[in-house]
Amino acid sequence: MPVHHLSDELLLDHAAGSLPEPVALLVATHLALCPSCREHETSLEAIGGALLDEIEPEPIEGGGLDALFARIEAAPPEPSEADSTAAATVKPVASDTTPSLPRPLRDYVGGAVDALHWRRRGKLSEARLLPDAHGGTVKLLRITAGAMMPVHTHRGTELTLVLEGGFSDGRGHYLRGDVAIADDEVTHRPRADDDGDCLCLTVTEAPVRLAGPLARFLNPFLRD
Amino acid sequence: MRPCETVPYANAGLAAPYLPTLNSVRGQRGVMGEQAIGPDKLMRSSPSAEHFATLMAAVAGERDRSAFAEIYDHFAPRLKGYLRRRGSDAGQAEELAQEIMLTVWRKARLYDPAQANVSTWIFTIARNRRIDALRRERRPEFDATDPAFVPDNEPSPDDALAASQDSAMLRRAIEDIPDEQGTLLRMAFYDDKSHSSIADELGLPLGTVKSRIRLALAKLRRSIEEDA
Repeated sequence: MPVHHLSDELLLDHAAGSLPEPVALLVATHLALCPSCREHETSLEAIGGALLDEIEPEPIEGGGLDALFARIEAAPPEPSEADSTAAATVKPVASDTTPSLPRPLRDYVGGAVDALHWRRRGKLSEARLLPDAHGGTVKLLRITAGAMMPVHTHRGTELTLVLEGGFSDGRGHYLRGDVAIADDEVTHRPRADDDGDCLCLTVTEAPVRLAGPLARFLNPFLRD
Repeated sequence: MRPCETVPYANAGLAAPYLPTLNSVRGQRGVMGEQAIGPDKLMRSSPSAEHFATLMAAVAGERDRSAFAEIYDHFAPRLKGYLRRRGSDAGQAEELAQEIMLTVWRKARLYDPAQANVSTWIFTIARNRRIDALRRERRPEFDATDPAFVPDNEPSPDDALAASQDSAMLRRAIEDIPDEQGTLLRMAFYDDKSHSSIADELGLPLGTVKSRIRLALAKLRRSIEEDA
């Protein structure tokens, strides 16, 4: 079980539906590995439900309920029963090996990790995911066992989720499922564990003041 | 419409004590909730969570249109209000609210009262539908059937279960937290803003926003646990 979790404020933004897709991808992938954060998110969604009840209603001005029933009758027979039956009968696939990449990350990679376009820089390799997404830069990183990363600081918050192996950075030791959160006040020098390469998902949130088309243009230069 | 006495409650997964609630609500839309609940003013303003769960079971089991109508009358205008607050114009908000209610009708059989109350379930449908429609992004979701998925230790953790019980209790707890914290929670859910944009907008240091959010959530979790 992970011991380094998502922050309250990230889970809140996720439960509210306010995170850009890159950050939401990392959060959802951590949730797949972390029952404790899933439980917290359930409580946050309950707060969202309670707030929906108290919101100022706005009258429905069109056809309302009658129009909705008309749409229901005009639609082809509902597939919902078949859907729900199918969903109920799907069992986890029996497997001797747990995939390194949980869903939803596995779907975003869309195949073998090795088939991605990896750029190697010394003992660090990186592969970019979601190159066109707004709101953050998403990469898979592979760090050679025992290797030390260069000292670096961050522009915007950097989230790192461990998928294989582990690393330490002086603030903690991170293993599969753990999330390291580093903002622009953190200067750190992560070191991969000795017992194997470390595979991580990292998302660097675009700085708020640079959100928008300009950020998409600038970020590749800022990041490297 | 079939008489409600013939509704197969056992198949709908509902406990017998809910039966009288549904029976007495026929023909009295909007009235039942006020009879069924206590004197608190917040609770009086809105039907109880159990009542909506009963209506959902009737929609799922019998495709009961009068039960759905009551759910619609409560939620469709609130969904429109929610979508307007999050930046949709009136026409778009109404169209999306209709689509969300259509999803509620179609997926009624997937609603599980042990997982979430009806308000929470509809909130999550609205949140996800809004992301699909307005941002043209996918909302990445975990998959509990994935072999890499790490399952819960216990099937229903106490506080998650308590969270599913009664949104009126939770609304009272939200009323009780300091205004400065409640404002942040409402901005997070109602306005299309992450906590860092909220800090910008309010001119507050990010650290202050984070600590207020943490205090508010810690307090709400305590309320949820005490109520369990």
